[in-house]
Amino acid sequence: MTNEKQYELNKELAQMLKGGVIMDVTTPEQAKIAEAAGACAVMALERIPADIRAAGGVARMSDPKMIKGIQDAVSIPVMAKCRIGHFAEAQILEAIEIDYIDESEVLSPADDTYHIDKREFRVPFVCGAKNLGEALRRIAEGASMIRTKGEPGTGDVIQAVRHMRATNSEIRRIASMRDDELFNAAKELEVPYELVKYVHDNGKLPVVNFAAGGVATPADAALMMQLGAEGVFVGSGIFKSGNPSKRAQAIVKAVANFNDHKLLSELSEDLGEAMVGINEHEIELLMAERGV
Amino acid sequence: MTAVLAVQGDFLEHEKALDALGEDRFEIRCANDLDRPFDRLILPGGESTVQAKLIKELGLFCKLRDAITAGTPVYATCAGMILLCAEAGGDEGCCFRTIPANVKRNAYGRQLGSFYTESEFKGIGIIPMEFIRAPYIESAADDVEIMSVTDGHITGIRYGNQLAVSFHPELCDDTRLLRYFLDFK
Repeated sequence: MTNEKQYELNKELAQMLKGGVIMDVTTPEQAKIAEAAGACAVMALERIPADIRAAGGVARMSDPKMIKGIQDAVSIPVMAKCRIGHFAEAQILEAIEIDYIDESEVLSPADDTYHIDKREFRVPFVCGAKNLGEALRRIAEGASMIRTKGEPGTGDVIQAVRHMRATNSEIRRIASMRDDELFNAAKELEVPYELVKYVHDNGKLPVVNFAAGGVATPADAALMMQLGAEGVFVGSGIFKSGNPSKRAQAIVKAVANFNDHKLLSELSEDLGEAMVGINEHEIELLMAERGV
Repeated sequence: MTAVLAVQGDFLEHEKALDALGEDRFEIRCANDLDRPFDRLILPGGESTVQAKLIKELGLFCKLRDAITAGTPVYATCAGMILLCAEAGGDEGCCFRTIPANVKRNAYGRQLGSFYTESEFKGIGIIPMEFIRAPYIESAADDVEIMSVTDGHITGIRYGNQLAVSFHPELCDDTRLLRYFLDFK
């Protein structure tokens, strides 16, 4: 099969995840809790972002053995993270037949200039983006799914909101342009003209766009969906909270019914302790600044 | 009027296909949506475990199952097929169990096993087929009609007014299978 066709299939897998919640898990037991709670996929990693942040030091791809343990534990798609630009880690993840690779700013970047040439891989990639230019650059490199960068491990949703709003408002601006203005728009965004033309003609990204970073409550998830996210990643928010299973189930239902305010009110009741969270201005390391 | 189950998955793609054919449709996300009458039902692709859980917990199960057993035409793709089948090899994901057939989830393995092909569909001809972490039918009761066989595996079945396929016609521009379903009475 050609890489082009594989790319189509990879974009289509992301379409199947829409309206769903992808949860960070660190053990097979957590993966099973996530699956039972209604996760549409899990992200296998050794430490959740809040702990990566707390531990400091270099954060790398997880042990393939640990990832395989999670693959064996659940029937839903399993994703894993590699460092930005670290194509050898990506090759290893492809070799264990991961369903999706997240080239992620949550890990320590391996390359401060180049992202992975994702078109060389058959396995799909999701990448973070703060704005339309970043999103389209990642897509040009071969990403078949985009997410906001948010600020992982904080429980503070402000950056995810900022990135989702920025990307969608730029999409609306491109969509309203005259055809002859698109060439300059491509120049300003530093992206290929064809991708700008697609956004102009369709009023959306050519791939699925999820929210990620700081989502901790059903209300956070509903907020992101109403702002235009097609699904939600929840990292530290679930397994750093008092009752992971209940919170996970509530967030899954909130994503499916993000406009049903009464249901959202019921889902928000009695969830126990939310993750404590760190405010954006209290953190020293802004992971979202990694990889532009 | 076509109702599209919209709790998770690629329901928008089904809705776009219906729109392109000028078919009226609405989304089913919660129990209140089932107060509206509908002539047929679409179960989209997605994750069957998620969909089955939400169908039950959002109070959709009884009314939808009753509509299906009463003969309301239903068209199910990929995850939707799993929802309809009676057995899934002990795996989670079954829901309505209204088609007497055994379905194998993730039958082609992980995403690297996903593929595209073009193959014969009974009564229609050669159609494009996108298989995304797809299931196939391992065995079916004698009165389940086999509609398509791909690489030796059953990928399309019809049981009365229930049409279920392993692949995703809603991701292609080819609307022949959808039109075939819209003719169900």
